[in-house]
Amino acid sequence: MKILVCISKTPETTSKIKFSEDATELMEDGLQYILNPYDEWYALVRAVELKEEFEGSVTVINVGPASNDTVIRKALAIGADDAVRINVEPASAMSVANHISDYATGKDYDLILLGKESIDYNGSVMGAMLSEFLNLPFIAHASGLTKGGDAWEIERGITGGTERVRVNGTVVVSAAKGMAEQRIPNMRGIMMAKRKPLEVIEAENKASSLETVGYAYPAEKTAVKMIDPNNMEELVRLLQEEAKVI
Amino acid sequence: MSGSDRFQSHDYYLLDELLDEEHLIARDAVRSWVTQEVSPIIEDFAERHACPTHLFKALAEIGAFGPSLPAKYGGGGMDEIAYGIIMQELERGDSGIRSMASVQGSLVMYPIYRFGSEEQRLKYLPKLASGEFVGCFGLTEPDQGSDPGGMHAHFREDGDHVILNGSKMWITNSPIADVAVVWAKNEEGVIQGMILEKDMPGFSAPEIHGKWSLRASITGELVFEDVRVPKANILPGVSGLKGPLSCLSKARYGIAWGAIGAAMDCYDSALRYSLEREQFGRPIGGFQLTQKKLAEMITEITKAQLLAWRLGTLANDGKASPAQISMAKRNNVLMALEVAREARQIHGGMGITNEYPIMRHMMNLETVLTYEGTHDIHLLITGMDVTGLNAFK
Ligand SMILES: Cc1cc2nc3c(=O)[nH]c(=O)nc-3n(C[C@H](O)[C@H](O)[C@H](O)COP(=O)(O)OP(=O)(O)OC[C@H]3O[C@@H](n4cnc5c(N)ncnc54)[C@H](O)[C@@H]3O)c2cc1C
Repeated sequence: MKILVCISKTPETTSKIKFSEDATELMEDGLQYILNPYDEWYALVRAVELKEEFEGSVTVINVGPASNDTVIRKALAIGADDAVRINVEPASAMSVANHISDYATGKDYDLILLGKESIDYNGSVMGAMLSEFLNLPFIAHASGLTKGGDAWEIERGITGGTERVRVNGTVVVSAAKGMAEQRIPNMRGIMMAKRKPLEVIEAENKASSLETVGYAYPAEKTAVKMIDPNNMEELVRLLQEEAKVI
Repeated sequence: MSGSDRFQSHDYYLLDELLDEEHLIARDAVRSWVTQEVSPIIEDFAERHACPTHLFKALAEIGAFGPSLPAKYGGGGMDEIAYGIIMQELERGDSGIRSMASVQGSLVMYPIYRFGSEEQRLKYLPKLASGEFVGCFGLTEPDQGSDPGGMHAHFREDGDHVILNGSKMWITNSPIADVAVVWAKNEEGVIQGMILEKDMPGFSAPEIHGKWSLRASITGELVFEDVRVPKANILPGVSGLKGPLSCLSKARYGIAWGAIGAAMDCYDSALRYSLEREQFGRPIGGFQLTQKKLAEMITEITKAQLLAWRLGTLANDGKASPAQISMAKRNNVLMALEVAREARQIHGGMGITNEYPIMRHMMNLETVLTYEGTHDIHLLITGMDVTGLNAFK
């Protein structure tokens, strides 16, 4: 069983996000980065579990600069066998998907796994783009994944319940909560990861039709307004005029 | 019960840039482990003066026992900086949890690795590394603390055994230990180390109760009444006080790092509290007196980090002298205790409760200031190192 897991690097959840003065750039100074939790906790850990159960190999792939190597090594410490980094600054989701599909084409993976989204831009588009470029079926937001005979058996949460699907052949699956549990790498794994192969592939950036025009901070949280329970009119007025929800 | 763990680390001098990938990954792994396994339970165990013994196996699983020993014997094969960072993160959780790992790794596995025979290594090290065995280290006695050279524990030869008599005091893990590395004098008065197993007749390890410090770590005595110890259990590779002292160097090195973790937890909590707590219409962090405390805390933490990091690079090159280790242990532990005290004040009344980790760290650090060589003894070591004159006696 050959599994490819796409991993990305995202700012740590408690990081203070700052934009440049003209609000067109994210300031990276002082940001601490982590392996995107959906890629790590769910996609990668499930891939490693499947490998342990059915044998085979898990390759992780990242599109990005050398500074991403720390999160890639962490993925190797958790249990991936080898890693590939496409050495370009990721320009857009589309260009990343292009790079990954170029790499994966012709390599006969049985499964391509990735997190349902990265927790920075929350785009949730990578899986769909990748499956389109590779001409493979795509199951989004899966909360369970196992092998039943020749087919993949996949569970996904839907409104009011769970949907179970079977897919024959290679499939792209984006992983959501429930697919696996976080695995903390142990010191032995960390040392072994140092010796696992990390292949760096030079590439030209793919043309991207997307340009970020600007960023804005969310509105600051304001204090709670207390309204006298006997003053319904005031409540209705505030909901209409200030909160603008009715 | 304690609130949720909102810890965030602080790296004022961008020291992460001095660390290798493996250090950063190990640090984050142990930090996550502490947040998941230690923070949710530690206030409760400390309050009940109970040792979370289930954590021995868990500590073994992440590889916190003997991380810098070779993989062949169950160690991690990591460098000294990685070992220090692991201790720092464990002590961020609790000094008692760090003590479990320090004793097992530096005071039990290390002497068996360094001074033991190959049979002793293969017999004990993998079981200690995997947490199947808990170990303890017996040096201090009821009447011999800072002056271990005057110890009374002694043994005499009896065929292929020795007969051990005496007692040890303040021994971390002793009541639950499967094996004990014990230091005692032979008939010529020379100190030697030996490995005791818990079921040897005449050997007992009663618990010491009533500690107001390191409450989540179990401490006890070791009592030897004509214990017959096979000669094969004597550590062949060392005799004299340098045996136990070299183990202590290793553990003290870890404490120099560990104390930074406790200090960081207190500082982080105080910084957050100072921004959230308002008095006189604004956050208390806006007042100069609070800022003085916070600014001095992060300054001292940063200095301690630099000291530990440099000591780590020296240790990696095999050049860290015992006196250099003493300086870092002494400086960093007092630093942590002072940070805890200032952090306590910033938390006002809340600072004395178990809603925050401050009082627990502060009480723990009183032990850390005393064990592995008291604060004053380390000063005398520096004094002797710079003057060449011995002020101990
Ligand atoms: C919770 C806990 C766990 C411990 N775990 C272990 C363990 O696992 N194994 C182990 O072997 N030991 C352990 N210890 C013992 C610890 O190392 C000793 O407590 C420490 O070495 C000090 O010895 P003492 O308590 O007898 O104090 P003493 O040596 O009696 O010292 C009392 C005071 O006198 C001062 N003093 C002593 N001599 C001098 C001098 N020459 N000049 C100036 N001042 C001096 C000291 O600095 C101190 O302030 C532990 C202790 C505690 C509290």
